[in-house]
Amino acid sequence: MKSLDEFVELFAEQFDETDASEITATTVFHDLEEWSSLIGLSVIAMVDEEFDVALKGDDVKNSVTVEDLYNNVKSKL
Amino acid sequence: MAFVQFKNVRIAGISAGVPKFVASNLTPSEDDGISSEYSPEAFVEATGVLERHVSNTLTTSDLCFEAAEKLISDLQWDKSEIEAIVFVSQTADYVLPATACILQDRLGLSRECYAEDVALGCSGWVYGLSNVVSLVSTGAIKKALLLAGDAKKRAKGSLDPLFGHAGTATAIEYSEGANGFKFHFGTDGSGYDAIIMPDGGSRNQVSADSFKLEEIEGKQMHRLQTHMKGMDVFSFGITTAPKSVKKLAERFEFNYLDADYVIFHQANMKMNNQIVKKLKLDPERVPSCMYRFGNTSSASIPLTIVTQLKGKFENRPTKFICCGFGVGLSWGTVAFVSDDNTVISELVEVEEPKEESKWM
Repeated sequence: MKSLDEFVELFAEQFDETDASEITATTVFHDLEEWSSLIGLSVIAMVDEEFDVALKGDDVKNSVTVEDLYNNVKSKL
Repeated sequence: MAFVQFKNVRIAGISAGVPKFVASNLTPSEDDGISSEYSPEAFVEATGVLERHVSNTLTTSDLCFEAAEKLISDLQWDKSEIEAIVFVSQTADYVLPATACILQDRLGLSRECYAEDVALGCSGWVYGLSNVVSLVSTGAIKKALLLAGDAKKRAKGSLDPLFGHAGTATAIEYSEGANGFKFHFGTDGSGYDAIIMPDGGSRNQVSADSFKLEEIEGKQMHRLQTHMKGMDVFSFGITTAPKSVKKLAERFEFNYLDADYVIFHQANMKMNNQIVKKLKLDPERVPSCMYRFGNTSSASIPLTIVTQLKGKFENRPTKFICCGFGVGLSWGTVAFVSDDNTVISELVEVEEPKEESKWM
């Protein structure tokens, strides 16, 4: 299982314009300027690849911070 | 485990028809429902759909009709010998009767004809193919047509920039000793609302409220338009499609990496790239047409063969794996080896009908 820090790093890689330093475990990611459902697809692909977990749209929508999403992924392992 | 195999049957040829008009996603018009969430450039980059052929006039059956006429002529088939026609679409001409019945008459086929509609979307070509080859494999019916696609919708609304219009024809023929087709099928109805047109069926009848606009995933839509939970469908596609290919290969004991071409339904480039990566396929062997045609539902696999592979495989035995997945949720994968005499027609670009010559 990857650590929260590693998850945050992988999460940040899905953004093109947002600097990785802007994204931490407590970031409310829906509020990020660049966040869109298209980035959401990249996040789902990353989680599928790195954790072999199939996230649903609601898992992403209902997570507030990056850490929430990490905990959601962890609960599905 | 839903595995089936049919022998003594071959694909004689494939054709496709699209509206002549091309809509670009970089310069969207008022008709195009581009979400305010992202720029046109970001949309094209993320989805892999630059443009689509669309029409506000031509129906799926119009496109399938033109494709079928072209294919029958290229094959030099005698129409009186075609004894079955299966029409796969979610945009039938009428709620009833079945469009396959109308096409029997319009194509001038014999009244000694089996005709049915199949109401499936992105998995539909694979399902329809199993219906037609099962009918033909006994030799009782020698020649049959599978018509598949989606086009003009039931109710006017903004056009989804992801979707293009196309109608295809696949000619199936009895052939003693032919290897035939191997299929795997799966269904998960718990995801029925991941892609859904909420109103207009008997569960939710059409009412004045059906036309009220609501915000669905960043777009204004009414209830006679297709609502899609994009992230759910994406997650479904990247997990289910690779598994289906692997299951089929395992059950029938072949190596899917040996296939000359692996053709997936194309819903969104990001999804398809992920599927290719998970199966470790050589991208060269995974042709795609969505950049120029968009997501064309049940037409995507045959349209890819017509637009990307014409001239590349028709004269030599070629190993194909084709996998469709989507609305239902429904998925299917087929493996077959085409023979050395397959006819692939030139793409038919269908003109808008002139007012006075409009059919019906």
